[in-house]
Amino acid sequence: MFAYLIRRIAFAVPILIGVNFITFALFFMVNTPDDMARAQLGAKQNTPEMIQAWKQSHGYDKPLFFNDNPTKLTGEGQKSPGVVSQFTDTIFVQESIKLFLFDFGESDSGRQIGADIKERMWPSLAIALPTFLIAIVTNISFALLIVLFRGSRLDTITMMVAVAIMSISGLFYIIAGQILFSKILHWVPISGFSPGWEGLKFLILPVLIGVIYGLGSGVRWYRSIFLEEIGRDYIRTARAKGLSEIKVLFGHVLQNGMLPILTGVVVIIPSLFMGSLIMESFFSIPGLGSYTIDAINSQDFSIVKSMVFLGSVLYITGLILTDISYTFFDPRVRLN
Amino acid sequence: MNCFTSFRLFTLLILASVLSSCSGVWNNPHDENLVGSDILFSSFSSPPKHLDSVISYNANEWVFLSQIVEPLFQYHYLKRPYQLDPLTLVDFPKKDFLAKDRNSVVDAKHAVFTRYTFQIKPDIYYQPHPAFAQNKDHQFLFHHLTENDLASIHSPADFHTKATRLLKVDDYIYAIKRMGIKQNHSPVLGMMNPIIVGLKKYSNKASQDYDLSEDYKLGSFDIEGVKKLSDTQFSITIKGQYPQFLYWLSMNFFAPVPWEAVRFYDQKVLKTKNISLDSYPVGTGAYQLVENNPNQKIRLRVNPNYDHGFYPKTGLADDAPKNLLDDAGKPLPFIKEAIYSLEKESVPLWNKFLQGFYDASGVSSDSFDQAISISSSGQMGLTDEMVQKNISLVSVVEPSIFYFAFNMADPIVGGYEPKQQKLRQSISIAINYEDYISIFLNGRGIAAQGPIPEGIFGNLQGQGLGEQGINPYVYRWHNNQPERYSIEVAKKLLAEAGYPNGRNAQGEQLTLHFDTAATGPDSKSTLNWYRKQFEKLGIQLVIRATDYNRFQDKVRTASTQMFTWGWNADYPDPENFLFLLDGQNAPINTDGSGVNGANYDNPKFNKLFVKVKQMRNGPKRQQLINEMLSLVRQDSPWAFGFYPKSIALSHSWYQNVLPNPLANNTLKYKKIDAQQRVTKQLEWNSPIVWPLWLLLIVVILTIYPIMKAYRQHEMKVISQPNAHQNSKEGS
Repeated sequence: MFAYLIRRIAFAVPILIGVNFITFALFFMVNTPDDMARAQLGAKQNTPEMIQAWKQSHGYDKPLFFNDNPTKLTGEGQKSPGVVSQFTDTIFVQESIKLFLFDFGESDSGRQIGADIKERMWPSLAIALPTFLIAIVTNISFALLIVLFRGSRLDTITMMVAVAIMSISGLFYIIAGQILFSKILHWVPISGFSPGWEGLKFLILPVLIGVIYGLGSGVRWYRSIFLEEIGRDYIRTARAKGLSEIKVLFGHVLQNGMLPILTGVVVIIPSLFMGSLIMESFFSIPGLGSYTIDAINSQDFSIVKSMVFLGSVLYITGLILTDISYTFFDPRVRLN
Repeated sequence: MNCFTSFRLFTLLILASVLSSCSGVWNNPHDENLVGSDILFSSFSSPPKHLDSVISYNANEWVFLSQIVEPLFQYHYLKRPYQLDPLTLVDFPKKDFLAKDRNSVVDAKHAVFTRYTFQIKPDIYYQPHPAFAQNKDHQFLFHHLTENDLASIHSPADFHTKATRLLKVDDYIYAIKRMGIKQNHSPVLGMMNPIIVGLKKYSNKASQDYDLSEDYKLGSFDIEGVKKLSDTQFSITIKGQYPQFLYWLSMNFFAPVPWEAVRFYDQKVLKTKNISLDSYPVGTGAYQLVENNPNQKIRLRVNPNYDHGFYPKTGLADDAPKNLLDDAGKPLPFIKEAIYSLEKESVPLWNKFLQGFYDASGVSSDSFDQAISISSSGQMGLTDEMVQKNISLVSVVEPSIFYFAFNMADPIVGGYEPKQQKLRQSISIAINYEDYISIFLNGRGIAAQGPIPEGIFGNLQGQGLGEQGINPYVYRWHNNQPERYSIEVAKKLLAEAGYPNGRNAQGEQLTLHFDTAATGPDSKSTLNWYRKQFEKLGIQLVIRATDYNRFQDKVRTASTQMFTWGWNADYPDPENFLFLLDGQNAPINTDGSGVNGANYDNPKFNKLFVKVKQMRNGPKRQQLINEMLSLVRQDSPWAFGFYPKSIALSHSWYQNVLPNPLANNTLKYKKIDAQQRVTKQLEWNSPIVWPLWLLLIVVILTIYPIMKAYRQHEMKVISQPNAHQNSKEGS
């Protein structure tokens, strides 16, 4: 397995370089360094000299990919173009190289990106983790219950409700939840966040809404997985042994249905702390959900590239974790 | 009693005890212990990026920064029109006009330079801050921090030892020197370079090989025009005469900066925790910043060393509420702490305000109908719901303008010939901004008659001289108010311009292009509205929507035909609006850097502008401004758009509220009746508990049939094979 992991990590490097290249190309296709300088300096009083000074101090005065006049100094202190520096003395290389050491550096407005990520990931996680765990348990429980009564009226009605839940926009649940539970019933704060146990009151509503919103699609998906399993021979054998339906469902159907569930679930675990844009925005959660979109709006390339890179790393990590998790639930799987 | 029943009873007991113990307000988003204190609860919608006084230039940053730092001047809180007052100064500065040799004092007519001499108050102290803390040997305690020292430090307020020091004139000089360092990216350096004597020379020298660690006090170079005269006196010499310079000195760029703070924050260990001068400014203002999490919460706490501010005793306008003078002469500030929470969405913000959890709020389009009622005469008032809650409404015309510009360098809509003027005048009549304000702004605006907004010297409408102040090419004075000319008049002008019924000499329909950065779905209705305004004249309007970067590029390179833009006043002087039409500021004359996006360049106007710029307010200045307005109205480089009106609501416990769009340091004047707030919050937010019980009953009632159905299901599974076996045996 160790060799497999090394191989997968090695494969990740060219993928990350590619992702970084595409991010870079797309960003600079839309925003020039001059635009970035103007966005940071403000539109009112800037002069070409100020824009040049901003670009210089942020390293955006270099060419994007190829520098035909690199400023490499020789021993005598004279300028001499080096072949390597024609590629390295560019915005692309200068901005990319530290990423692979997970040194995100400063945002274009001067804040430490690493410190911001560390600070903002916890509130995101405070919402995403309970939502994720409660949703899995709830979805699986409901799906098993429906599978237990498959073909009955309960099955039909639940599936109709599930489709209805899926069809309604997430924004509706948020606003309706805020109005019902906070404005009308006065049970919980409409939005806000506080670290520690005091913050529990702020988490109830977003977690509840997150769970309800995911219920429709989750239950339908798990139900189809379990229905596929329940028709198999080993289930008939289990029943023939005289096991109760509960034992059949939890002891056999659920365990054997774990493989497709893991495929969809484990991959998102590392990305949980990246947060949710709408949820965090409406509930004033100081998480990472809006970090990237705010950076795109303010043309802050340092944040954009860092977050895209981090997202890619986490996704690749999720895929590797999924592969590893297979070995725990299916003894036939060997990573080699 | 079986296990299941015991569990149910236990759950019920727990729930009942939880519900009975939870008295008071459940949905309070703030710490309940703080609600009864003199603390303001407010919000912000976009996080501040910069709080370094030399860099910060955004309104959403100055809301905080202006409470912390103190430039030389401030705007009088009550007086209208807006008026400057000394803040840290003993009095207004002494002004000397200097000859070319920069020494001999001459009269204003012969002035080549102007020297301002400032005397600051002698007993102002900075907020307590670790940057000032020293040991017995006068060595700074926290200027050489290690990672271990910062284990439990999240803001400068967390340091166990803090100290203060007296404000010196050196700090003001130091701030100007910091502004001159190009690496600090001060947005006004380009503007100040040609004004302050020697600033550009200093800036070029000091920025070369700039290394902060070498010279924290920036003592290597001096600015020729900025001189320390004594511990409390210094002078600034500027080129020529520029009366508006004092307005600039009321801005945070000129607030004092202690070098110790720069030295303190220039430590890598602090930077890695995002603790910097840009996030935790140090000042002499009424408040200090104790928590800055721009993504969640910003907390200001009263500066214990602040003792030089008093509530104004005079200056209240006749039509303003008299209770605004109840606290006249009392020491400031009244509010001990202000907690601002980030609210990106209008729905939660508005509902929290209605619940009493925020003390004041603006009115968004979504909540406008719930908050504001418009009478048959067009007057804004509060709805019954707001009146019942004792909410107050204040509104003010912003010192801003949104305008529709024609590119004067364009061959079709530009030019200064009578025919070209008539085309623009005709379009100016057709674009009915009264309708725009009513449809898109819920009446929150005033149709503009010229480039100078109401409340600024030069606008005659604001001075009650409506008839003289109207734009005669677009309006006539009728029934004691301006009335837009009919579309027939516009069509006549269009025909005289050479486009009868919107067609040219060849009979082709006139097609004009409107550039905009508004690309979202919300903008569709606005753009359609513009299209319809042009259709009234038979002109086809083509919308060229693009992103903001490209839009700016187009304006800079004069590649647009028509566009809309806006301007917020930096200071309450007509010069700050008229310069938007000065030819010297046109992008075509400034390699794209000027703000006169319409490229209006009328030599007569330019000449008058130079004169008006240097004059003090008075009848002569008004006369010249009238001449300029007359020229610009005839040329019509802009359809003058509108001056926006802002509306704010506040609860009855939030007092001394008077909108002043130019003054940013107004928190110190505000007052909170915390006890009233607690009472009202309890009254408005008592939880409704019965649905919880109902929910519990529903859950129990649902579980029972499921259990029953499961038992039946189990029986069915068990009995079937037996039945099958029996039938086999029978056969």
